[in-house]
Amino acid sequence: MKLSLGPIPYYWERERVIAYYNRIADAAVDIVYLGETVCSKRRALRLSDWLEIARRLTDAGKEVVLSTLTLIEAKSELSYMRSLVENSRYLVEANDMAAVNMLEGVAPFVIGPHVNVYNNRTLELMAHAGARRWVMPLELDHDSLVALQAGRPAGLETEVFVYGRLPLAFSARCFTARAHNLSKDDCGFRCADYPEGLFLRTREGKSFLNLNGIQILSGDTYNLVNEVGAMRALGVDILRLAPQLQGMLEIIEVFRRVMEGNLELSFADAILAMQQPDGFCDGYWHGTAGMHRAHAR
Amino acid sequence: MELVCPAGSLPALKSAVENGADAVYLGFRDGTNARNFPGLNFDPDEARQAVKYSHQRDVRVFLAINTYPRPSQWKKWCRAVDKAATLGIDALILADAGLMDYTARSYPDLRLHLSVQGSATNHEAIDYYVRHFGVRRVVLPRVLSLKQVQNVLTKVDAEVEVFGFGSLCVMVEGRCTLSSYVTGESPNSSGVCSPAKFVKWEESSSGRRSRLNGVLIDVYAPDESAGYPTLCKGRFEVGGNIYYAIEEPTSLNVLDILPELMRAGVAAIKLEGRQRSPAYVGQVTRILREAIDACTADPETFSPEVRWLEQLDKVAEGRTHTLGAYSRPWQ
Repeated sequence: MKLSLGPIPYYWERERVIAYYNRIADAAVDIVYLGETVCSKRRALRLSDWLEIARRLTDAGKEVVLSTLTLIEAKSELSYMRSLVENSRYLVEANDMAAVNMLEGVAPFVIGPHVNVYNNRTLELMAHAGARRWVMPLELDHDSLVALQAGRPAGLETEVFVYGRLPLAFSARCFTARAHNLSKDDCGFRCADYPEGLFLRTREGKSFLNLNGIQILSGDTYNLVNEVGAMRALGVDILRLAPQLQGMLEIIEVFRRVMEGNLELSFADAILAMQQPDGFCDGYWHGTAGMHRAHAR
Repeated sequence: MELVCPAGSLPALKSAVENGADAVYLGFRDGTNARNFPGLNFDPDEARQAVKYSHQRDVRVFLAINTYPRPSQWKKWCRAVDKAATLGIDALILADAGLMDYTARSYPDLRLHLSVQGSATNHEAIDYYVRHFGVRRVVLPRVLSLKQVQNVLTKVDAEVEVFGFGSLCVMVEGRCTLSSYVTGESPNSSGVCSPAKFVKWEESSSGRRSRLNGVLIDVYAPDESAGYPTLCKGRFEVGGNIYYAIEEPTSLNVLDILPELMRAGVAAIKLEGRQRSPAYVGQVTRILREAIDACTADPETFSPEVRWLEQLDKVAEGRTHTLGAYSRPWQ
């Protein structure tokens, strides 16, 4: 079983991103997904910058995948997607059916978590189009994965999102700009001020959601560290962690040691809890409300 | 430009037909469609009656099987397609690529529409469904500006249907799991958003509170009218401010840009609201019929009549309307 680091969901300044991946180069992840997946206005890094980071990570022994934008509305977004698709070196993660359409018959690719693969017939279609790997949609549960694994097309790898705030929704509207009474066209890149997103709480002060530009993330952090054994039993190939600013190296270390059987789960949970200001959730995996934590503490 | 109206029941369907619908859309009474609300929708016999009634009046019937079946549900969803194929409907509205593949291979003559839940927002994504399954029409998610809709229309090999009036989905449809995050049930999985069985109302000294599976969605002052607690339309705290952080309760209304949509080549205007009453469906259908007819007769001088807008606002969510993402400032 391998460990991957998903794309950075937040808007970080260029130097911060480069420094972050310099540290990741020495961390115990096998696969790194790079690129802007949320908002096409975020251009602190150009494609050449991403490719330079990719080269350094590859030199450090990582597999690099270039992730596409998720919500595609403008012509310019399709053009940028095409330049990713036509890079001849790295695998591409398709986060919209537009990318699948461009990649089909051109190059093998990864189906990201935002392309809806809910059943075996769709999984077969994606494999037929050239998918080499698929990331299970976030709201799917253990029982669905059992069936999907049983009918998995030959040679297709399965990746599961196991740690991080859940990307729950995307919109034409920018919620960070809205929080500052700005329109998206005049956003002033306010999302850059929130490297871990903008917290949305209920009027009772309960952590609920997280505003990240046009994306809404869960307030609580999805945490399936207790399910690593179940994933292995199901033949899951890759576990995905979502990048965060604080404690990423420690989080990677915890998952690596759990995968190797060198860390008690109760300790793992306790160490992970130190890295999260808000709580954990794991409901989707257990077939219930995503915000719930079904696993007993 | 065709007027496509919601039919959550036979009375609503009749109301749409009598008030000028060109087509109606409906679903079976289960989780196979995205308006899986208690007491709504059609069993196969009722659907057959609906088709007969509509066809006698030259109104087309579309049936939506637009949720995403998980492996345990796959056979049931296929049986729903099988049933739909015997009803004489004019098109099947699907979202899931696998189910579309099953349908295109089993019933090659059945006309397919890509549901808004299919989440195709650009011509490349649409092209995938057209090439593989021969999709003839796509319903665009409510995330595109008018200019982007016009752009899609110049590039796709399929008809385009857009939403014209009704509740406004703020997120790109088909990729929003806010509802299942809170309740375990989402449009994709269960055909519902913020389902009523998870809603609780509480009276307190500070006002009326609405909760969804325990999460406080809004608090209403005693003199404030309370709306349904759709979770993206509540008031929350962000950065010390309490406001509608995602969207106000409001309805989408495209009357202001009807001529532009028509000139761009939009094939159909869809009304949201299979969960609404027959009276609502009739009233909204009648106004949209008048507006489309007026616009068709003279697009150059068309402007929405004040009485249309007033009547629509009366039945609109929050009693107000917006152009939503069609207008850049909204974004």
